[in-house]
Amino acid sequence: MPKTARILVAVAALLMCVGYVLPLWRVNLVAPQYPEGLGILIKVNTVVGVKEQDLNSINNLNHYIGMKHIEPDAIPELRYMPAVLGCLVVTALLIAALGRRRVLYAWSVAFLAVLVAGLVDYWKWGYDYGHNLDMTTAIIKIPDMTYQPPLIGSKQLLNFTATSWPASGGWALVLATVLVAVAIWQSFRLASPPRPVA
Amino acid sequence: MANFPKFRHAASGIAVMSVALLAFACAKRPANSGLTTSEAAKAVYVAPGQYDEFYAFMSGGFNGQIGVYGLPSGRRLKTIPVFSQYPENGYGYSEETKPMLNTSYGFIPWDDTHHPALSQTNGEDDGRWLFINANNTPRIARIDLTRFETDEILEIPNAGGNHGSPFMTSNSEYVVSATRFSVPVPNTDVPISSFKKNFRGQISFIRADQPGKMRIEFQMLMPGFNYDLARAGKGKSEGWFFFSMYNTEQANSLLEVNASQNDKDFVAAVNWKIIEGCAKGGILKNTAASYVHNFTDEFTRQAKSETITSVPQFEAKECPGAVYFMPTPKSPHGADVDPTGEYIVAGGKLASVIPVHSFTKMLKAIETKAYEGEIDGIPVLKYDATLAGEVKNPGLGPLHTEFDGKGYAYTSFFISSEVVKWKLGTWEVVDRVPTYYSVGHLMIPGGGTMKPNPKYLVAMDKITKDRYLPTGPELTQSAQLYDISGDKMKLLLDFPTEGEPHYAQAILASKIKDKQVKFFKLAESKAAMMTRSEKESGVSRDGKKVHVRMTAIRSHFSPDNIEGVQVGDTVLFHVTNLEQDWDVPHGFAVMGAQNGELLIMPGETRTLQWVPRKAGIYPMYCTDFCSALHQEMQGYVRVSAPGSGVALSGTTSKGPQAAAPKAEAGPKQKQK
Repeated sequence: MPKTARILVAVAALLMCVGYVLPLWRVNLVAPQYPEGLGILIKVNTVVGVKEQDLNSINNLNHYIGMKHIEPDAIPELRYMPAVLGCLVVTALLIAALGRRRVLYAWSVAFLAVLVAGLVDYWKWGYDYGHNLDMTTAIIKIPDMTYQPPLIGSKQLLNFTATSWPASGGWALVLATVLVAVAIWQSFRLASPPRPVA
Repeated sequence: MANFPKFRHAASGIAVMSVALLAFACAKRPANSGLTTSEAAKAVYVAPGQYDEFYAFMSGGFNGQIGVYGLPSGRRLKTIPVFSQYPENGYGYSEETKPMLNTSYGFIPWDDTHHPALSQTNGEDDGRWLFINANNTPRIARIDLTRFETDEILEIPNAGGNHGSPFMTSNSEYVVSATRFSVPVPNTDVPISSFKKNFRGQISFIRADQPGKMRIEFQMLMPGFNYDLARAGKGKSEGWFFFSMYNTEQANSLLEVNASQNDKDFVAAVNWKIIEGCAKGGILKNTAASYVHNFTDEFTRQAKSETITSVPQFEAKECPGAVYFMPTPKSPHGADVDPTGEYIVAGGKLASVIPVHSFTKMLKAIETKAYEGEIDGIPVLKYDATLAGEVKNPGLGPLHTEFDGKGYAYTSFFISSEVVKWKLGTWEVVDRVPTYYSVGHLMIPGGGTMKPNPKYLVAMDKITKDRYLPTGPELTQSAQLYDISGDKMKLLLDFPTEGEPHYAQAILASKIKDKQVKFFKLAESKAAMMTRSEKESGVSRDGKKVHVRMTAIRSHFSPDNIEGVQVGDTVLFHVTNLEQDWDVPHGFAVMGAQNGELLIMPGETRTLQWVPRKAGIYPMYCTDFCSALHQEMQGYVRVSAPGSGVALSGTTSKGPQAAAPKAEAGPKQKQK
């Protein structure tokens, strides 16, 4: 691995640590009655409101449509996520230190797999919350209406416009992905041409 | 329009009508404003969704409250109940707020508010608290401006009409109370005709900068005059306070004649720093008195009333150098100090000049003992020795003056119905504008402090006559907004006000708006009867008292079916609003309640006492439109005859009830 690639991987690893501090994902809800917006932040190990009471308020509103309460403790993935992220960071730092090109390729596959798995998992939880409604307690029942938030982007859910987008920690992971991609490209470029015989 | 009658004779009917319409339109143009209607409209237009630049707090006079308005729009934002019960939000009706209206005369549901005073830091309004006086049953209240709620009320003993109150010192050390009526001290049964012998005036200094601890630091006994208005010294006159007074004739009947005899009354200059020294020297006597102090704790939100049994008192003459009288023409109303602290402007209601006292000259007169006499041991300074100048022929009936910090003063004239702008130092009148009609006080934001914000002036008019659509014999009160940013005052707007504003305060909105409490945190509540969650809700009996611990959240109460109450019981509904979101209050009302309703802010617990008088079913419901299913937010109380066997229960269905007729299907919640 060229030196620049090793540095890039090291920086990417450090960027990933940002994910421990800053939220990875943000869902905003804006409605005529909530011009200031309600929002939730998905952190590596929990889900919190953007404002202190937002999660509480969203859960309260969701009783109208029969949606389950969002309870961070009931989402097991949030318990594993810090460890998974930690493994990725440590291995990335090892790769930067040892400079093994093929290990980097393997690592990047694992990293991408984790990212995709995270998104799929988020989508699945969104699907579950949005579709599995308790119609016996739901107050507002609209035929065929579901309330899955968008995976990414905006969507109108009754009076709320829901917007889902990476948060600061998420953008750090995106940037880390880009850095790793550049590192791979550099490693690949230097590795590919037939080596001149000395 | 002077030719109007001529036209009427000459023209056809249609011409008459159009001229009449024109006349009407002209009459309604802002008079003497120098602005076109559209310029004036633009100056006060606050677009939908935009904010006003200033909060204005206007006393409600005989409604006992404070009206909050935005300036320049004049839009009313809120009524803050202070000394009066307020059915709209249950203030003075709920068990938590009733003690706020306790006095040594018992529960008093009303008073007359006059002079709001914002707290100050370094001579500038700081937007922490607002104080206001109760004129009738003498009290001072403190309002917290993060919640716009009355937190504290202190009764003033030995006062009769707390009019000269609650003006503020530069760092909120004190607010004052100067009695309008002199009364016997202590108040006893004496002939009214013994006024000169038995009746006393008093001025009290009340510690103002410690929430929950308003107290009279010292009460100074004064001659039996009528004390009217006051203003603290500032800048070079820091440490002094100036009080106007009338009825130095000491009349006790037909004051309009008998208190208008003396050519001059007084402005009293009181040095509170010297009094603090005298107090340390031990002149204060703790004299027996009985008055109350009411205070609402921020976390329990339960008002408590305590009786205080003594007041630290002294005779003015016992503290040499503390008080001087400055002779001032004809029953002065305002005693207003300019932003530098040098000039004390007195508004002699019946005077033909506005006399202005100089603080520097006053100090010199004291130093050289330029006295013309003494009253009860208080030196009377010579008029000429303190006079800085007189504004000649200013108008009729000067009342009250504020300042723009640019060297000008603005005085209201009740009789000639105008505001007059004049220059400090030269005493020349530079501008005058009419008011509609008969202005009392006027107000410039910060106009009584060291740092005025001279963009607007508000005149508070006592008479409106033809200015608004008529509403029977009682017409609206009115404020008028003038632009004073230029050389000439320009009338921008009339707006109706609640009650009768005597005086007002205004402050830049930016000093208050971002500090607002949006809801009360349930986790921090220390309310004794709060219910933290629906699971904790329920009913219990304590002899003839039934406690209902009820929760409210969009869109139901828990419990919402209550049985087992008997005629003869007193039911206490302790309702906790479980919402933790801004602008989601719930209301609570029950049929036949002789008390009032509750309006419960998010996270708050409020208690309504209810005494049902006959057996039957009583609906209860949420009175504040809280949600799409607000109309479903209701329940029932079953009241049975005394001794009936109906068990006490409070329940809420936990889920969908089976369709009728299986009405008992809902699972019962726990009973207490």
